This record gives sequence, structure tokens and C-alpha cells, in this order.
Amino acid sequence: MAKMATREAYGKALAKLIVEDEKIFVLDADLSKSTKTADAQAANPLRHFNMGIAESNMMGVAAGIATGGNTVFASSFAMFAAGRAFEIVRNSICYPKLNVKICATHAGITLGEDGASHQAIEDIALMRSIPNMTVIQPCDDIETTQAIRAVAKYKGPVYVRLGRSAVETVNSEDYVFEIGKGVVLRKGTKVAVVATGILVQEALKAADILKEEGVLVTVVNIHTIKPMDKNLLIDLAKTHDVLLTCEEHNVLGGLGSAVAEVVSQHHPVRISMLGIEDTFGESGTPAALMEKYGITYKHVLERIRKLLDK
Amino acid sequence: MLSKIQIEDIAKRVRINIVKMVNEAKSGHIGGSLSGVEILTTLYFNEMNINQDNIKDLERDKFVLSKGHATPLLFAVHAEKGFIPQEELMTFRKINSRLQGHPNMNYVDSVDMSTGSLGQGISAAVGMALSYKAKGLPYRVYSLLGDGETQEGIVWEAAMAAAHYKLDNLLAIVDLNGLQIDGDITKIMNPLPIDEKFKAFGWNVLTLNGHDIDALQQAYALARECKGRPTVIIALTVKGKGVSFMENDYGWHGVATNPEQFALAMKELGGE
Repeated sequence: MAKMATREAYGKALAKLIVEDEKIFVLDADLSKSTKTADAQAANPLRHFNMGIAESNMMGVAAGIATGGNTVFASSFAMFAAGRAFEIVRNSICYPKLNVKICATHAGITLGEDGASHQAIEDIALMRSIPNMTVIQPCDDIETTQAIRAVAKYKGPVYVRLGRSAVETVNSEDYVFEIGKGVVLRKGTKVAVVATGILVQEALKAADILKEEGVLVTVVNIHTIKPMDKNLLIDLAKTHDVLLTCEEHNVLGGLGSAVAEVVSQHHPVRISMLGIEDTFGESGTPAALMEKYGITYKHVLERIRKLLDK
Repeated sequence: MLSKIQIEDIAKRVRINIVKMVNEAKSGHIGGSLSGVEILTTLYFNEMNINQDNIKDLERDKFVLSKGHATPLLFAVHAEKGFIPQEELMTFRKINSRLQGHPNMNYVDSVDMSTGSLGQGISAAVGMALSYKAKGLPYRVYSLLGDGETQEGIVWEAAMAAAHYKLDNLLAIVDLNGLQIDGDITKIMNPLPIDEKFKAFGWNVLTLNGHDIDALQQAYALARECKGRPTVIIALTVKGKGVSFMENDYGWHGVATNPEQFALAMKELGGE
């Protein structure tokens, strides 16, 4: 199976867009080689600006550029884009509803060896709580490429959550991405696994193992965490006994919470949440961290078995 | 170009409206609005290219009120320009009004950036100026900051970026009235010397009396002539300027007048 980090796909997609669309500006904060906006800089250095290690100002500058009718992509690590610059994102970008796409890389614990100080496990919660903000987390390179094109066309603030580590390509070449539409990847009964980001590949692995045992579970990729695909979730709630949400994010405030907000109000059904259990990460390889913090396919599988037993 | 007498006449009406708006709303920021009256009046009438014909343009000369609490000042000047109906000024800070406590760019065409959280306006102004440079557009960007506001770190991030990208189409003005909500700026958290700080970041710095109309207009012209770096005007002002009992009293940062105080202020300003 092909493997590519979503940040890599972002860099390639942006490098094309900056050439195609003269309204696109790109900002980075001294991490352009890591966030991959360096590709866009190489493609058109006249509309890529390095703002230095000053993420707050980068977001304010992004807002200012957007006031002129431009589309601005601003990148840094998720920790700094969503964390450090939160209030500027809130007041200078979301409140005036400016056309800024915050493409934050190195989200979650799979950032790896840099450790907890750099591992954003709160960014989905932060970003989705701001009015006017759209929150997207693509699960592979194909989805990322399409998502970046889609958000460039969409008018308004968007937070795109991208990862450092290579992820498996789960979508086919003819895949079509649409903001706000969840994707049903496997159809089953009783348990519906609702996953986002790197947990989509893990959920599929778990589902495939169960399939060999004759057990079919539903697997859904929720790439748009806000606005949530309400109709799909209500449909899943009506046709399954339990929903299992899976994410590389704190179980507080992330995908699980977003799903629960919809389901509990429209068609209450049991929900189980798999994610980072309200704890900081640490240094280690992405694989070792996923293992220790309980977000591999094995953990998804074990949780599904428990849910089926009850 | 309006004459000095015409500018003075507008400034007088702006002061009256500032006091009226805050009195009517029973809240708002009088002191820091009154200190910036000459700065903003000269800017809008004799410096910026902004009028009814280009007001809706996404790209034109822009002004960012980084000290976003000075909305009475901003809206009163916009009313003088005809951007906001005079009678609408009295809806300021009331429910369903376009005239929010801090400016919202989506409600009023003449508001070029939503501000209020200190330090962020100058950052957005840098973005505007940067995009004009990148696109080869001739427009200029102006931003008014408070002196206390320079305590925010983002101001200096923005200052560094503006000099780095040689934004000579950007003019920042610091309304140095010496007072912030809790008191004297030098006692709360001394940001002085502000001029030396901007110089160190690579800016062209001009210092003047912020109530001197001629000096302000000369400085705007000098800023236009300065190439290769942004300009900041350190405008020495009096908080509460024009109303004797408000002048240099930090207590008038964000409170409204009672009926007696309002009557006295109107009398001093020559209002009704």
C-alpha cells in the first residue's frame, strides 16, 4: 500500500495552486521545510512569505492579506497555529470571517520524537469551538490533495489538520472529496466505527480482521469535523447499536465529542470513544506512541470486540 | 485639501459626537477617543484616498484602528465623511446596532478591519501593506495604536515583519497619551522609549504634538517620501483632550458621563 504524509500531499497541492491562482498567498513561520510550504515557495517565491518564529503575527498578517479579497494559506505546527495563535485566529480571522486557510501540520502524537511540548492533542477542540470556523482532517494523500483544492475554493476560515508521519492511502484515485460529507468505507451491522485522520487506516485494518471472522462492521471516514455530517450520523445511529469514535486527539472535545453532540440530541445511541485519554504524550517513534497511547488497529479491534460482547 | 480652519471645525464636531455617543450608550471609551481626534480627522480628510466612490473596494487606502476601543472616534469621523449616517451614531453599543463596542468590518463598509483585541490591528495592517507590495498596488495602509497597546508582544512581531519586508506603504501612529486603564503607562508596565524601540526595529520615526494639525500633515507627507522602511509617528497627546475635567485623568478611560458631567462637557466643547 502506498504511503505518504498528508503534509507532503499538502505541499504538492499548494505548489500547483499558487501557480494557478494569483489570489493565493502562502505564509509560514520558519517551518516551511517541515510544513512543506517550501514547495509553494519554490513554485512562486513572490507570493510566499516567511514570517519568522512569530505565529501570532503570522495569523494577523494572514487576516490583513485576506481583507483584499485574497486567499491565504498559513502554516505552522498545529501546536502553534491552533494553540499559541488561538486568540488571533479567533478575533482577526474567524470573527471577521476572512478567507484564511490554516493548514497545521505535525498534529497529534505521531509527530513523534519531539515530545509532548509539540504534540497538539487539543487543536480540534480549540478550532471547532470558534464560530465561522470549518475543521477538516484528511486521512490520506488523495483526500488531502482534494481537500486543499476544495478549501481554496471555499470562502471563509478553515483549519486543516495534517500529520507528520506517512499514512496509508485508503482512498482510490476516483475518490471525490466534499466538505461536510462523511465517507462510508465499509458497511456492516451493530457497530459503526467513526474515524478521522490516521485512525481511518487503523479502523479499516480492524474491520478487515473482523471480516475474516465473518463479522461486518461499518467504517466511516469523517474528514470534516465541523460542520459535522449530521444526516449521516443520525442514519448511523438509527441502524447500529453503538458508534465507536476513533481519533488521534484528546477524547475531550474532539471528534467523539462532536459526534456525541449530534447523536445525543437527534437519535441517542450508545457511543464509545477511542483517543488520547486526557494525558500528555512523550518522545518516541510514532508507532511506539500509537501503541502506548492506545490508538492502533489492535486497540480499535479490542474495543469493537468488547462492544460486540455486551 | 481642507484648510486648517475646516479641519478644526470637523474636529470640534467629532469631539462633541464622541461625548454624546458614550453618554447615550452609557458606556464606551471617551479618553482615548478624544486624544486621537486631530490624528484621525487629518488622516481621513487630508491624507487617505478614501471616499464614497471607492469605499466598497477591497483594495484601496486602508485604516486599521488597532486601539479598537476608540470606536467613538472612528465612527464620529466616518459620520463626518458621510460613511455612516449622523443619526446612527446614537445607536452605538446598543442591541442590533452596526456600531459595535469594537469595530466590525462586516457591518460597516468604512471599517477596514475588525479589531478590539489589542495588538492585532497593526498585525493585520502589515498584511494589507505586504499584499499591496506583492501585487504592485499603490495604496497606503494606516494604523492607530495606543501607547499601552505597545505592551502586547505581537506589536513588536508586526514591527519586525514590517521593517523586514520594507513596507514603506505602511504608516503607524502611536497615540501617546501616557495613560492606560489602570493608570500611568510608566507605572503599570513602562513601554518607553517607544520611539527608540521602533528605530531599533528599523522604522523611520517621527515625533510630534498629536493635536497639531500642521505637524500631523507634514509628517504624513514625510512618511510618503520615506522609501524602503515603514514610518511610525509618535503622537504626543492628552487623554480626554478638550474636556477640562477629563484631561490627563486615567479614570476617563472607559466610563460614561453622568448628566451633570455631560452638560459641563457639552458646554466646554460648544455642543448643544
